[in-house]
Amino acid sequence: MNFKLFGAVVFALTTLMLSSALADEAPAIDRSATGGAQTLEDIMARQKQLEVDESFRTEELEDPADPPPITGPLGAQGGSSVAVDYRAIRYNRIDPTTQVRTPAADVLIQDGGMPWYKLREGPLISYGGGAILGFLLLLVVFYFVRGKIRIHGGPAGTKIQRFKAIERFGHWLLAGSFIALALTGLVTLMGRSFLIPVIGHELYSDLAIGSKWVHNNIAWSFMLGLLLTFVMWVAHNIPNRLDWQWLKAGGGLFTDSHPSSKKFNAGQKIIFWATMILGVSVSLSGLSLLFPFQMPMFAGTFEVVNGILGTDLPTVLAPHEEMQLSNIWHSIVAFLMMVVILAHIYIGSVGMEGAFDAMGNGQVDLEWARQHHDLWVEEVQARQGKGGSS
Amino acid sequence: MKVMLLGFAAALVIATLVPVVLEQFGWSSAEQYSSENVRLD
Repeated sequence: MNFKLFGAVVFALTTLMLSSALADEAPAIDRSATGGAQTLEDIMARQKQLEVDESFRTEELEDPADPPPITGPLGAQGGSSVAVDYRAIRYNRIDPTTQVRTPAADVLIQDGGMPWYKLREGPLISYGGGAILGFLLLLVVFYFVRGKIRIHGGPAGTKIQRFKAIERFGHWLLAGSFIALALTGLVTLMGRSFLIPVIGHELYSDLAIGSKWVHNNIAWSFMLGLLLTFVMWVAHNIPNRLDWQWLKAGGGLFTDSHPSSKKFNAGQKIIFWATMILGVSVSLSGLSLLFPFQMPMFAGTFEVVNGILGTDLPTVLAPHEEMQLSNIWHSIVAFLMMVVILAHIYIGSVGMEGAFDAMGNGQVDLEWARQHHDLWVEEVQARQGKGGSS
Repeated sequence: MKVMLLGFAAALVIATLVPVVLEQFGWSSAEQYSSENVRLD
C-alpha cells in the first residue's frame, strides 16, 4: 500500500516537473512573414512567460532606411516601425547625432542599467555587508579565545620613540579620511535598503546629500594620506627573509612566541601593501566616478588582461558601461579595504596591549618594542650609540 | 593624540578647500556638463 502511494507521488511529481519544463519552452516561431522581425507569436509567447530566444532581435535587425513593405504586419508606422528605429539605436547599428553637448550624449540607449542596479542592490550589499559583519564576528570570537596580547613580564616603564609626528600625521590623515569615506560610502550604498525604512525619505535625503559632499571631497585627503604614508614607509615595507620566519610563527598571534622583526613585521607589511594596492585602485575608480566619462579605464584594462590571461573580456564599452563597472569595482575594493582595516584597527587597539601608543603619542614601551620589533630597537639604540632607553 | 586630531582636522580642511580649488581649474560638474547658451548663470 505504501509502495503504491509512493509510486503515485513519484508519478505525480514527475508529471508536474515535466509539464513545467515543457511549459517553459516556446515553440519554434516562423518569422519569414516579417522578414525576421518580431511576430505576434513572439509577443504572445512573452505574455505567457515562455522562454523566447531573443537572439533574432540582434541578429536579424531591419534596416531603418529600407523598411518592410507597408502591407506587412505589425508596422506601427506602416512599413517603417518606430521599434525598428529604437532597436537599431539600442544595438548600435546607427551612428546618431545629437544637439546635446554633454559627454556620452550620443549614447541614446544603454541597457546595462538594470543589471547594474540589481547587482548593486543585491549581491554587492549582501556579500559586502556579510563580509564586514562576518569579519567583525570573527574578531570578537578571536578576542574571547585569544584574549588581549599582553607585554610579557609587564611594561619596562621606559619609552622609545616609535613614530615621528609627520608619520603619525600621515597615518591619521589617511585613517580619518578612510573612516569618513567608509561610513559615507555605506550610507550611499545601503541607505535605500536599510535607512529609508527607518528614518524616512526626507531625513535620508539630507543625509545622502551630506554623505555625497563628504565622500566626494574628503577623497582628496585620502589620496594625499595614501601618498604621504607610501613615501614615508615604503622603504621599511620591502619584503625580506625575516617575513617568512614571522609568517611561519604565525606572528605570535596564536602562541606566546615573538618572532624577530624590524620596524614593520610581515603582518604590518601585508596591511601596508593591501592598503596601497587597494587604495590606488579605489582612488582610480573613484576619480573615474568623480569625473564622469572623462576617465574610462575598464576597456583598456580588459585589453591588457585579455593579452595576459587570454580571456575574452569586452574591449569596446559604452561610456555608461564604464561608469557602471567603475561603481561596482569601487564598492568591491572598498569592502576589501574595510575588512583589512578592521583587522588593523583590532590589533592596533583592543587586540594588543601597548600598540595604540605607537600612533597615539608616538612613544611605546621599551619592552613592548623589544618583544614585537626587536631588530628595530637594536637599530635605533645602535644609532643613538647607547644601550639604554631613548 | 594632538597629531591624531590634527590629521582629522587636516582631512576636513582639505575637503573644504577642494571644491574651491577644482572650480578654479574648471573641474566642476557645472563647467563640464552645461554649455554657456543654456546655463542660467
